[in-house]
Amino acid sequence: MIMKSFAATIAAAVLFSPAAYAQTEVQWWHSMGGALGDRVNELASKFNASQKDYKVVATYKGQYPVSMTAAIAAFRAGNAPHILQVFEVGTATMMAAKGAIVPVAKVMADAKEPFNPKAYLPTVAGYYTDLEGNMLSFPFNSSTALFYINRGAFKKAGLEPKAPRTWKEFTATAEKLKASGQECVYTTAWPSWVHIENFSAWHNVPIGTKQNGMGGFDTQFTVNSPLHVRHLSMLGDMAKKGLFTYAGRTNQGDAKFSSGECAMFTGSASAQGGIKKAGKVDWSAHFLPYHDDVKGAPQNSIIGGASLWVMSGRKAEEYKGVAKFLAFLSRPEVQMEWHTGTGYVPITMAAYELTRKSGYYDKEPGAETTIKQLTNKTPTANSKGLRFGNFVQGREVIEEEMEAVFAGKKGAKTALDDAVKRGNEILRKFEATAK
Amino acid sequence: MEKRVVFRSAWLPYALLAPQIAVTIVFFFWPAVQGAWFSFQLQDPFGLHTQFVGLQNFEALFASEHYLASFRTTAVFSVLVAFFGLAISLVLATMADRVLRGALAYKTLLIWPYAVAPAVAGVLWAFLFAPSIGVVTYVLKRLGIDWNWIIHGDQAMLLVVIASVWKQISYNFLFFLAGLQSIPRSLIEAAAIDGAGPGRRFWTIVFPLLSPTTFFLLVVNIVYAFFDTFGVIDATTQGGPAQATQILVYKVYYDGVKAADLGGSSAQSVILMFIVIALTALQFRFVERRVQY
Repeated sequence: MIMKSFAATIAAAVLFSPAAYAQTEVQWWHSMGGALGDRVNELASKFNASQKDYKVVATYKGQYPVSMTAAIAAFRAGNAPHILQVFEVGTATMMAAKGAIVPVAKVMADAKEPFNPKAYLPTVAGYYTDLEGNMLSFPFNSSTALFYINRGAFKKAGLEPKAPRTWKEFTATAEKLKASGQECVYTTAWPSWVHIENFSAWHNVPIGTKQNGMGGFDTQFTVNSPLHVRHLSMLGDMAKKGLFTYAGRTNQGDAKFSSGECAMFTGSASAQGGIKKAGKVDWSAHFLPYHDDVKGAPQNSIIGGASLWVMSGRKAEEYKGVAKFLAFLSRPEVQMEWHTGTGYVPITMAAYELTRKSGYYDKEPGAETTIKQLTNKTPTANSKGLRFGNFVQGREVIEEEMEAVFAGKKGAKTALDDAVKRGNEILRKFEATAK
Repeated sequence: MEKRVVFRSAWLPYALLAPQIAVTIVFFFWPAVQGAWFSFQLQDPFGLHTQFVGLQNFEALFASEHYLASFRTTAVFSVLVAFFGLAISLVLATMADRVLRGALAYKTLLIWPYAVAPAVAGVLWAFLFAPSIGVVTYVLKRLGIDWNWIIHGDQAMLLVVIASVWKQISYNFLFFLAGLQSIPRSLIEAAAIDGAGPGRRFWTIVFPLLSPTTFFLLVVNIVYAFFDTFGVIDATTQGGPAQATQILVYKVYYDGVKAADLGGSSAQSVILMFIVIALTALQFRFVERRVQY
């Protein structure tokens, strides 16, 4: 009798133990801290609630370079996560690591998950797609560079609160603001991303040969063109005259604008959340200014942000879960929530349409400016994006040379020539390791 | 009669030493050997392709003017940190040694900064000197000084030196104070009776007798400036602007961890290792000779 009930207990335990319904876990390492991290956790728990077979575990692994280093170390130890969020400058590094990653297009095809690359915004997906049209990584959080004005400061200076459209108008406005006693007239975040990378795409000039490096690792920088030199020397002059206050290499400029210290600002579209939260200035977001004597300008701007890479070395069953999760992320309603909740752009056309129909852009015109600027024209080879090996170092080199110009230590021509020379050395070294 | 303890067993002393030796091998020798080995290789971040390139990484480093500039930056930075770190704490220690009332409170307050992590110290000073919101910046602006270390390299250097020195003063202070207290009072009193003033007493008696402490601290401070100031720099200038504060150890970190250039970074750390070995050997060979124990 005892034996019998014992056996029944065991049978029941085997039948009803959670192991019988074991979910396949999908590890997702990301770099979204603070409020953005909450949004990421929300995405994971919504996906987990939507089905029973897979469980996505989202883990914050520190800022972009830190989480990438952690994933590299984990890969070397044979324990990489399934999904890794990598910032845009790490794209070439990930792409070159053929044995370490699985292209997203392949993950979707293997899992027989419906997937249409055409459904994604071209400027967004193009950044992460190879020349044959295969999507390599999944665009996750994308923004672009925008131009912000402090309407209050404009009015105070007796100006109509209208954003200058060209750099010529910009300079004239800046001088008026300065003359009226505005101490910090203009500042920028992400100097290389705004004034070299987006600047080039916006004026349809190359940043490097081979379609900005997308056509192969034997690429070279071309940021010392006459137009680039002219633009940087304009910024250098503005710094000298006190019209431009340099704030630093990352998003330090955001605080200078949101606190009301500076009247004009170029920075990421994702800065809007912070400006709103600070609530100190009456502001508006606009297209980046352009040089109106450049043919074809303005073209379209390029993205910044990060994408999700699928790492290799896991079981086929687990990749099915990854594919299901990526399909979930592509859903228009999921994208709309992410877009409106974070300020990042929606990655599919369907999500954009859905958001527009909801009337969101009537309340938040700045959110639509981002998408309009990204899709201003059909992207060209110069405005699709960029892919330079070890661009973490490459961007650093460009920023160092820019800083030398802003500090009045170097002329724009010398600085950009040096940036190209030093940048190309990095590219050659990367080419050698990627062989 | 000197008392000596001798192990009779052949293996016991080795067994007792084993844990320490194991720790040293695992955490010091093994990484050092691996670093040296990586410095001869060209490797992609994921370790998928590795090729032996001989001295190519080193050649590339010495051909780069920016790497050479980093040597100069490190030299300037270390000399400033070691000099001001020692000088200020010696003054403070001498003062604290003479205080009769409330000495404990002064001492405690002076030792306090040592408990602060380097990164926190960096952030603290960065806030005080922040270009738009810093308290000190506000005062400097009132005085007509254009303070913005984000763009001016010299100011950035000054900032990291101040933060690093402030952080190290407590440590130096402790040792100087201990050194001062071990100087026999009778010597100083005898000199005072002979009519030597406080300045003369300090330079002819106290300072020479402190020299073993000073020498020890000099070595420690140079090593501190070379390696431990990493946190201060990472939390404030991150080597910028335009590499004005990029000391050697920060460049090793940046190239290796952030830029995933393992070969170049390893080559740099090998060079750094030789520099520190050479510096310490030099100090023991030449400076120590003049030290009076």
